[in-house]
Amino acid sequence: MSTAYEPVIGLEIHVQLGTRTKMFCGCELSFGDPPNTHTCPVCLGMPGTLPTINREAVRLGLMIGMALGGELDDRLVFHRKSYFYPDLPKGYQISQFDRPLVSGGSLGDVRLERVHLEEDAAKLTHLGESGRIGGSTASVVDYNRGGTPLAEIVTRPDIHSAEQASSWLRLLRETLRQLGVSDVNMEEGSLRCDANISIRPVGTDGLGTKTELKNMNSFRFIEQGINAEVARQTRIVQDGGRVEQETLHFDPRSGSITSLRSKEGSHDYRYFPEPDLPPVAVPTELFDLARAAIPELPLDREARYVDVHGLNDESARLLAFRRELGDYYEATVAAAGATPDGEAAPDGVTRPAEPADDPADTRRQIANWIGNDLVRRLTAEDADDDAAGDPQASKVTPQALAALVALVRAKSITRKAGGQVLDALVAEGGEPAAIVERDGLAAIGGGDELRPVVQAALDANPDVVEKLRSGNMKPIGVIVGAVMKETRGRADAGAVTQLAREILGL
Amino acid sequence: MTDPTTLSAVDQVAALRAGDLDAAGLFAAYRERAAADDTNSFTWLADGPDDAAAAVPDGARARSVDGPEPTFDVPADDALSVRGLPVAVKDLFCVTGVPTASCSELLRGYRPPHTATAVARLQAGGATVLGKTNQDEFAMGSSNENSAFGAVLNPWDRTRVPGGSSGGSAAAVAAGLAPVALGTDTGGSVRQPAALCGVVGLKPTYGSVSRFGMIAFASSLDQAGVLARDVRDAALVLAHLTGAADPRDSTSIGWQGDALGLPSADRLDGLRIGVPTDLLGEGIDPGVRASFDAALRTAEELGASIVEITLPHARHALAAYYVIAPAEASSNLARFDGVRYGNRAAADDLVSLYTRTRHDGFGPEVRRRIMLGTFALSAGYYDAYYGRAQQVRTKVVEDFATAHEQVDLIATPTSPTVAWGLGERTDDPWAMYRADVMTLPQSLAGVPAISIPCGLDDGLPVGLQLSGPAFGEPRILDAAHALERAIGFDGTPPRSGRTGEGGAGGADATSGGGAA
Repeated sequence: MSTAYEPVIGLEIHVQLGTRTKMFCGCELSFGDPPNTHTCPVCLGMPGTLPTINREAVRLGLMIGMALGGELDDRLVFHRKSYFYPDLPKGYQISQFDRPLVSGGSLGDVRLERVHLEEDAAKLTHLGESGRIGGSTASVVDYNRGGTPLAEIVTRPDIHSAEQASSWLRLLRETLRQLGVSDVNMEEGSLRCDANISIRPVGTDGLGTKTELKNMNSFRFIEQGINAEVARQTRIVQDGGRVEQETLHFDPRSGSITSLRSKEGSHDYRYFPEPDLPPVAVPTELFDLARAAIPELPLDREARYVDVHGLNDESARLLAFRRELGDYYEATVAAAGATPDGEAAPDGVTRPAEPADDPADTRRQIANWIGNDLVRRLTAEDADDDAAGDPQASKVTPQALAALVALVRAKSITRKAGGQVLDALVAEGGEPAAIVERDGLAAIGGGDELRPVVQAALDANPDVVEKLRSGNMKPIGVIVGAVMKETRGRADAGAVTQLAREILGL
Repeated sequence: MTDPTTLSAVDQVAALRAGDLDAAGLFAAYRERAAADDTNSFTWLADGPDDAAAAVPDGARARSVDGPEPTFDVPADDALSVRGLPVAVKDLFCVTGVPTASCSELLRGYRPPHTATAVARLQAGGATVLGKTNQDEFAMGSSNENSAFGAVLNPWDRTRVPGGSSGGSAAAVAAGLAPVALGTDTGGSVRQPAALCGVVGLKPTYGSVSRFGMIAFASSLDQAGVLARDVRDAALVLAHLTGAADPRDSTSIGWQGDALGLPSADRLDGLRIGVPTDLLGEGIDPGVRASFDAALRTAEELGASIVEITLPHARHALAAYYVIAPAEASSNLARFDGVRYGNRAAADDLVSLYTRTRHDGFGPEVRRRIMLGTFALSAGYYDAYYGRAQQVRTKVVEDFATAHEQVDLIATPTSPTVAWGLGERTDDPWAMYRADVMTLPQSLAGVPAISIPCGLDDGLPVGLQLSGPAFGEPRILDAAHALERAIGFDGTPPRSGRTGEGGAGGADATSGGGAA
């Protein structure tokens, strides 16, 4: 039998920082504007120009380092990384080399090597069918992107499957989004990921020869690309060959992998300290500003929802990883009087005079209503998960949702009727109690009102009654369904079952 | 009245202030002399005082550097006014809309969209740009023979080099074609041509004058400087070049020394002048040594004490310099690829575009230094070359700091020889590089230094270099001023100078489309 191999994967993520201006000049950042309209002599590399450091980019870099638990350098040291290409106007990229702003750290189960600051290259478009430089008829450069501040985040090789790579990258993206350091849009290139991939026999510790896979601009392509490369390397090794160290390009259209440049042509970047930017101390106020700006991050929030709020893992993760849902959830919990002891309610939420009778259950119900019912109603069918509706922008106020959950918990309305109330709230807003009143959705109370309806349903289904009498309770659903239909969902399924048993003497 | 071009810059601006002279007339007088120049000192001449200020291409203002526009703090003292003073500017200083090529074929015809801070500061004080001066290509050279615009001839002897790389600026001032000129000094490029042309050359403390708008040679060494007829004129210009730090240059640290004014000292009482004996070994021409020793005796007569010192690592400065400067240059010149500006060679593919553009555009000395620097920075060689050179540099810095615990200023000859013949060293780069052996240590240390004429050797000027600790310019200028008066050097080259057989470099000199 052939040996089984496992992938060893490290990621390099380039994040465009959400500053107002570029890394080393005063040009404003842009996306989609006419080419070469956000340029100046500095970012065009005109003779005689010099770079100056964007402090805001440093602050955002520090925030990333703090959020990921890395060690922060107190000096800013830049190097030049040299290579010739038209997307690099100076012939070198100003980057960091042996003293990155951040060393170490981790996110989830993946350790980080470093985070460093650098400038983005310009955008090169090769005209022609292939879209690649080979075979193109001409190439044009848009320097608008050139000089955009980047944080390059480099992981340790702690990832062992394409799926893990993709899900960890989602975690990173959400963390960066909630930090507010970038808009992390993969299609627009504000978050880009390269993967260093090698394979090794399962159960061994060594590292095989790695390849670098570039150009995977969606989570799907990352999974496809890594899987394709792992399969390619496995085939090579199983056929007795050796993996060559090289840089590879993933073509999402064909799913194929092609070599960009092999080791023989590998670059000597000739790093040396950037003499135009002498090392400077990071101003202490930047550390303070960065620290003060760090919000609660998704993993911390998820843990709090599980440990303190008593939510299940699935709800906790959903609410923590979509900040707008989490914020809305906490506002609703506060409006319901179910904020856990020791936690402050969000600003602007009026808490009720009476706390909820079972705060933990109330929170779980609210989480369910938001995570299942509300999100589904607010999300357009064709939208991907990023574009899902924000409840804070909907007509459903946290107070209204809290009131709706209270009505259901008190069995004043059924859960099914609650869904109808929520439909009305999403469509027109308003107060649940008023909607219940207006639409006649109040639960049918005790036996007096419900008993004749149950009796009628039993009478109409003698075959079901026979099975129930013989001890087979499965067909009770038919009776419940008939009653629900008759009452337009206002009956409580438990009460219907209970009444049927009473009537039949079971 | 007398020919205004015979006056010092300080006297010219005084006459302008008093109304005895008008700025347009002064400009025209220099313009006329410069247009008739036979030393090939200029690469471009302004038509009038407003030419460089007004030569703004369409849209250039809007596309200029987006960022804080520095406010230029013009000296308030009337005695330091430069209003109406024409200034010659080394070609590598960017001036909006004015041809700026750093005397490279690659950039011939390039007109930048921004003005160098050093020039803009002078303009803010009311000075006008007379023209751009010839130089070694990208400031790489010690003879001004490495120029796409042709060699510059020494006004004292037109068969000889003016020194470099600011050869055009030095020659223009020596020949009376400009009252003062801006140069740049990376390893001696202001001081050495000043010495060879018999004028004053001042290299300020690294970081005290903004490098913004200077086409870079070696970033950690480049410093704007002044060429002038006398020390007071140099001080006048320095007062305008310095001031607050330039927000567009991260290596600019602002003026941190005592207030700058016009020097007036005529005595050197109590001044301790160090003479680094270990730098004054072989290789110094006897005539140069004699002038230097005479200048030291003059200093003693003025009340100074001469102290022998050592700069133990200074003898390694040459080697360190020729690693660091080419390394930085190889990187700084990478941007000249023909993609965005400058002259582009015809090519069918990207690699050919790069190699042909750079091969055709750069001269041999520039190509040599790019190759040297690229090698020094290569993987596996970095530590042995660039890393080691930086260690030497640190030692040189320490040498100067230690020396200045003993002495106030340090004196050496500026150049081991007087001006040599055109073409004499062009095939011997090592002989050429050694011309800067006295000036390189101060450049590596980043300290200020001046060269003043201290005599003649075989009819050619000899320079005395005085250096001091960082921001020691006021004391250097005072001492240089007192010595200058006591030495009484006549800075006027013999009428029309000596001429060679039709001017050895002359044919070359005019072929490159020199002065307008």
